[in-house]
Amino acid sequence: MLVAGCRGSLLLALAALLVAALPLFASNYHLQLASTALVAAMFALSLQLLVGGAGMVSLGHAAFFGIGAYAIHLLPAGISVALTLPAAMALAAIAALAVGALSLRTRGFFFLMTTLAFGQMLFFVFHDTPLGGGKDGVFITRPALELFGLAWEIPRRQRAAAMLWINLGLLAAMYVGLALLMRTLFGRALLGIRGNEDRMRALGYDTRAVKLAAFVLAGALAGLAGHCQAMTEAFVTPEMLAWHHGAEALLMILLGGLGALHGPILGAFAYVGLGEASTLITERQRLVEGLVILAVVLALPRGLAGIGRGWRR
Amino acid sequence: MDLSGLLAQLLNGLQYGLLLFLISSGLTLIFGVMGVINLAHGSLFMIGAYAAFVITGWTGALWLALPAALAGGALFGALLERGLFRHFYRREHLDQVLLTFALILLFEEARSALLGNDFHSVAVPALLDFSVPVTPDFAYSAYRLAVLGVCVLAALLMFLGLERTRLGSAVRAAAEKPEMVELLGLDARRIHMAVFALGTALAMLAGALAAPLQSVYPNMGDGFLIISFVVVVVGGVGSVAGAFWGALLIGLVDTLGKAYLPEVAGLAVYVLMAGVLLWRPAGLFAPARG
Repeated sequence: MLVAGCRGSLLLALAALLVAALPLFASNYHLQLASTALVAAMFALSLQLLVGGAGMVSLGHAAFFGIGAYAIHLLPAGISVALTLPAAMALAAIAALAVGALSLRTRGFFFLMTTLAFGQMLFFVFHDTPLGGGKDGVFITRPALELFGLAWEIPRRQRAAAMLWINLGLLAAMYVGLALLMRTLFGRALLGIRGNEDRMRALGYDTRAVKLAAFVLAGALAGLAGHCQAMTEAFVTPEMLAWHHGAEALLMILLGGLGALHGPILGAFAYVGLGEASTLITERQRLVEGLVILAVVLALPRGLAGIGRGWRR
Repeated sequence: MDLSGLLAQLLNGLQYGLLLFLISSGLTLIFGVMGVINLAHGSLFMIGAYAAFVITGWTGALWLALPAALAGGALFGALLERGLFRHFYRREHLDQVLLTFALILLFEEARSALLGNDFHSVAVPALLDFSVPVTPDFAYSAYRLAVLGVCVLAALLMFLGLERTRLGSAVRAAAEKPEMVELLGLDARRIHMAVFALGTALAMLAGALAAPLQSVYPNMGDGFLIISFVVVVVGGVGSVAGAFWGALLIGLVDTLGKAYLPEVAGLAVYVLMAGVLLWRPAGLFAPARG
């Protein structure tokens, strides 16, 4: 999996600056839309660690996103984000450890089926038991923006801009962190497993432990994304854990291009943009989504990133 | 609970398990022979149920829906294989997953455009709308018994077809060692199409049979898809016999759990799957690897 080079990093930084400058000229509605895309990008990026990093296709990833979101609902209302954010990541990581330890006893399609089944089990926990507060979702109190005793009070009118900056900052941190991680021995080992797991095992790597570590980290990062979505929208619903949501993240990864770490970010923005543009034409979102997937898997197997490459050849 | 109650739950569990077998056997065969995971398999079940709803609405006879679901399913499956799936056997897992996910979305959208988003019920055929006395103080729905019978018949025919016919043995060979098919000079394309047609027909038959037992509703295939995955994981890799025993086990555990421990029943099958993964990750009924 490619980490962007100098020119690519510069382009990404420029794009981030552009997003950061949005509050200067965009409406609150568009700021919220941008936040949606940023959260989707975090979610897809966390899954890319598994899919692009180690070649593990998980269909249960949304469960960890949802657990991160529900962490705010489960904790006492109004406590500091300095507590809710780590708690969301920790809860998601614990769930990912349990699911991963069991699912990684299988490989390939069976890994896919077991992650889907366990993800759906967690969906049922929040959908059908009193724990989650009902199948229609619940409104939550946003955690207080307090860090080391310094509080940041946001007037209502500027909330969309503040959320945008927070989400952008966390996405940037996640991207840089993962880009650095992919350069470490751990990152190399993941790529080796993607290439040929048996050979990596023959080289003496405990491949299951490496994959489990990646699974737990990806789960924690998905929990972070879920926490951000809950904080942005002040609302959580069991649909956040539904496997369709995880499949959408897979679509973003494929849309952006499987081979690059920044692919899911492009894919998330393309996906949210396409969805928004399509509402001008039709109410039938599933139709649009289905056709986009068909177009990508049939015509653009290397994603949007592959278009340029195809032209140059 | 009393004995006749237990008997009723056992019969319900068996019948649910046999329906699950019709769905998961197709899933496991398609996976075993072609190496494709078909997430839209649950949608095929949904299409079968809606076909039963439409056909019963037109003609008033559920009888016609069963052969229609089988024949229509076989044709639809063959077309899907020919037009779409054939090109995806050698593609990455991610492509297959997203292709079949797109099919779910498109099937559901077509269902919503053609038939709306309401819940519908399908009447039990008048001829079977009575109860059969099983013991002096316990009677069981005749339709449910008929479903049991049809499922057993379908399972028997399938086993006979797989064990006794040339095409069946070719399919079994292909499921165990896909690369052997070409080496033996068999026509892989024909086998693939037959397997896909069979799997689709069985899933749609299951949907048509289940329609009078539960309401017909949007996204009804989702739950069955995931439970079928649990069946395949519990039963074992690519084997029809594994799917059979796995389906019966899951059907009984789920039904008895919902009757006797309703608080935790939703989780029972997943706990069972977790146990199987810990104890025998290849599945309970997987043939020993030589």
